[in-house]
Amino acid sequence: MSHADQPERLHETDISPGDDRPDRSEIAHGLIGYAVGLALAVLLSIVSFFVAGTNLVWQPSIPIALFVLAVAQIGVHLVFFVHITTGPDNTNNVMALAFGVLIVFLVIAGSLWIMSQLNANMALPMNQLMQMQP
Amino acid sequence: MLGKLSWSAIPFDQPIPLAAGALVLIVILAVLAWILVKGYMPYLWREWITSVDHKRIGVMYCLLGLVMLIRGFIDAIMMRSQQALAFRAPGYLPPDHFDQIFSAHGTLMIFFVAMPFVIGLMNFAMPLQLGARDVAFPTLNSVSFWLTATGALLINISLVVGEFSRTGWLAYPPLSELTYSPDVGVDYYLWSVQISGIGTLLTGVNLVTTVLKIHAPGMTYMRMPIFCWTTLASNLLIVAAFPVLTATYAMLLLDRYLGFHFFTNTAGGNMMMFMNLIWMWGHPEVYILILPAFGIYSEVVSTFSRKPLFGYRSMVMATMAICIISFMVWLHHFFTMGAGANVNAIFGIASMIIAVPTGVKIFNWLFTMYGGRVVFAVPMMWAIAFMITFTIGGMTGVLLAVPPADFLVHNSLFLVAHFHNVIIGGVLFGVFAGYTYWFPKAFGFRLHEGWGRAAFWFWVIGFYVAWMPGYVLGLEGMTRRLQHYDVAAWHPWLVIAAFGTVIILLGIISQIVQLFVSIKLREELRDVTGDPWNGRSLEWSTASPPPPFNFGVLPNVEGEEPYWGVKQRAIERGELRPEPEYSEIELPRNSPTGFICAFFATFAGFALIWHIWWLVILSCIGAFITFVIFAWRDRSEYIIPVEEVARLDRANRTARAAWLAANVQAAE
Repeated sequence: MSHADQPERLHETDISPGDDRPDRSEIAHGLIGYAVGLALAVLLSIVSFFVAGTNLVWQPSIPIALFVLAVAQIGVHLVFFVHITTGPDNTNNVMALAFGVLIVFLVIAGSLWIMSQLNANMALPMNQLMQMQP
Repeated sequence: MLGKLSWSAIPFDQPIPLAAGALVLIVILAVLAWILVKGYMPYLWREWITSVDHKRIGVMYCLLGLVMLIRGFIDAIMMRSQQALAFRAPGYLPPDHFDQIFSAHGTLMIFFVAMPFVIGLMNFAMPLQLGARDVAFPTLNSVSFWLTATGALLINISLVVGEFSRTGWLAYPPLSELTYSPDVGVDYYLWSVQISGIGTLLTGVNLVTTVLKIHAPGMTYMRMPIFCWTTLASNLLIVAAFPVLTATYAMLLLDRYLGFHFFTNTAGGNMMMFMNLIWMWGHPEVYILILPAFGIYSEVVSTFSRKPLFGYRSMVMATMAICIISFMVWLHHFFTMGAGANVNAIFGIASMIIAVPTGVKIFNWLFTMYGGRVVFAVPMMWAIAFMITFTIGGMTGVLLAVPPADFLVHNSLFLVAHFHNVIIGGVLFGVFAGYTYWFPKAFGFRLHEGWGRAAFWFWVIGFYVAWMPGYVLGLEGMTRRLQHYDVAAWHPWLVIAAFGTVIILLGIISQIVQLFVSIKLREELRDVTGDPWNGRSLEWSTASPPPPFNFGVLPNVEGEEPYWGVKQRAIERGELRPEPEYSEIELPRNSPTGFICAFFATFAGFALIWHIWWLVILSCIGAFITFVIFAWRDRSEYIIPVEEVARLDRANRTARAAWLAANVQAAE
């Protein structure tokens, strides 16, 4: 539905994506943003592949380096492609992201913890299992 | 050609489902014939089936909930009578049929009674309270409703064609795996829940967007009525939790259809993971149901105490706290699975913590009533009955949150009594309060008060008689879902419980009579002012029933309880605000997209259940083409001319002016 019939908008910042009509310079600006994002994402990917196969760094640090690169990759995607910023019009998106991350964390960490405890507690050694047979 | 489907799927040897199915079929055909003969079909198609108006869709959701309530209640009364009769006897329901009944009862009551009812009320009231013209995505809303209806239809088809699941309302593996449930029962269950689950997820996205993005000027977050806050919290939970349900059941479907081993006993499957995942949806689900009910009580208690809600900010905090914590307690549904003391302790404590914000809410309602002039109208009576009943249910819940206590009563009737206590006493009383409260807004006339009171007393007393024995039976060691038993001590309690169900039946009959009597006496019960309860939020500022565009001009919100403020100022000045300047309004056009998508989804679901692969492919193509045609539409909106807007809004203003004149006179 349209809100064209609201002459005065009290919430100028409350514009949903697509509602605002960018002019030509804004489009060019946006394209530069995407190009920078793409370059950073490609760079981070190349570095990841390089680190995974290299002998130049101390070997046990490789997984940690990959983890750091992956987090940086997520950050690049969020900033340049998903347009998460700290601006006032972005509060909802940031909150939604935080909520989503929290839920995913609870789902994954909770499941891992519960299932590992379950396996530790419920898995009996074979000799005890044999004794439980009637 | 027809997959697994053959004449043997129809249970000619079982008289009960066949007779019931035949009766339902006759009723449906009779209603259809009546509609066709009277020539109502074009009206229904134009005004309801293809409608994308949030008010119409809300009403249809509630109607679906009411009809399915009757269907689910028939299951309940069969179970209670079977258990009353089956003391050292086989009773009248064979185990196979009894198992289908308790599975269908749970599935229907949660997915197709409580959910549609709650979503219907949110759909109807929330945009009105926010001062919006519609929800964010009106056609999507219609798609959501019709997909939910598809799920309900598939479950009811299982009554006659094939059989329903025998695995309880959550289809626990390994029992629900192909090895132990080779027939189509579990498939009926899974596809019904999957299809309606997509509808629910779409509703979640839609309503979250609406609360966050679509509201009248000045309606900031901290000015929203509590019902809008609980709608937001509930739909955030839908968006976060329903994908978990869909993914879990998708895994079970892969096990059943393609020979995967997610939850099987063999080949590395782990059915414990299913319990873990399903309750990660299941616990937020109970808050998805109860939070909107909390919102309804907040509106009702404040309106009928003639006071602003006590502790508005603490109510908002409590709602959002519940929204988060409800994701941290799921393990309390399977304390006995063996995760060990540390895990159980953490989740036990979390479960007790979640009782705190709920307690905050109860006290807020009590303090709202304190010092107020309480009007004992029917919605308020439901709210008071809720406060007492839900407190009892909440206390037994805290008891169950103690892992050692839970080990003693796990899977007993104590647990069953607890969740009926909170779902009937919390959710159902809430939707009945909301149904009575917003009925005049939806249809322009009130529900009959006397029959409403009768329904109230039958329901409340019936509930206590039916479910307090459950606590005793649980402590006496009766497990749930027993088809027959030989413990003499249980028998009298089960007879009492069956008697309680009969009292509830009288309550449901009263509600049906109330509806018919109210329609018959609608001229006497007419709500001429649009504000029958002396309400406080924006929905009462527009006419009953509201025009398609809800508000002639969007209200400018200047504080909490906007309509109450407007009314007080009008009474002070002795006149309404000057007539606003009207302009034409754009509204979304009706669309049959939802109905046609659901039509194909019904065939797709049915074909998937019976392995009729060509029909699955055809239906999916059909649904996709529907979507493409909708996406390529040229005109999505129509315009209501300014004269029409002015005419409808002036009628509303005239009614308000008459009310104001009468009120000012009474004050003098």
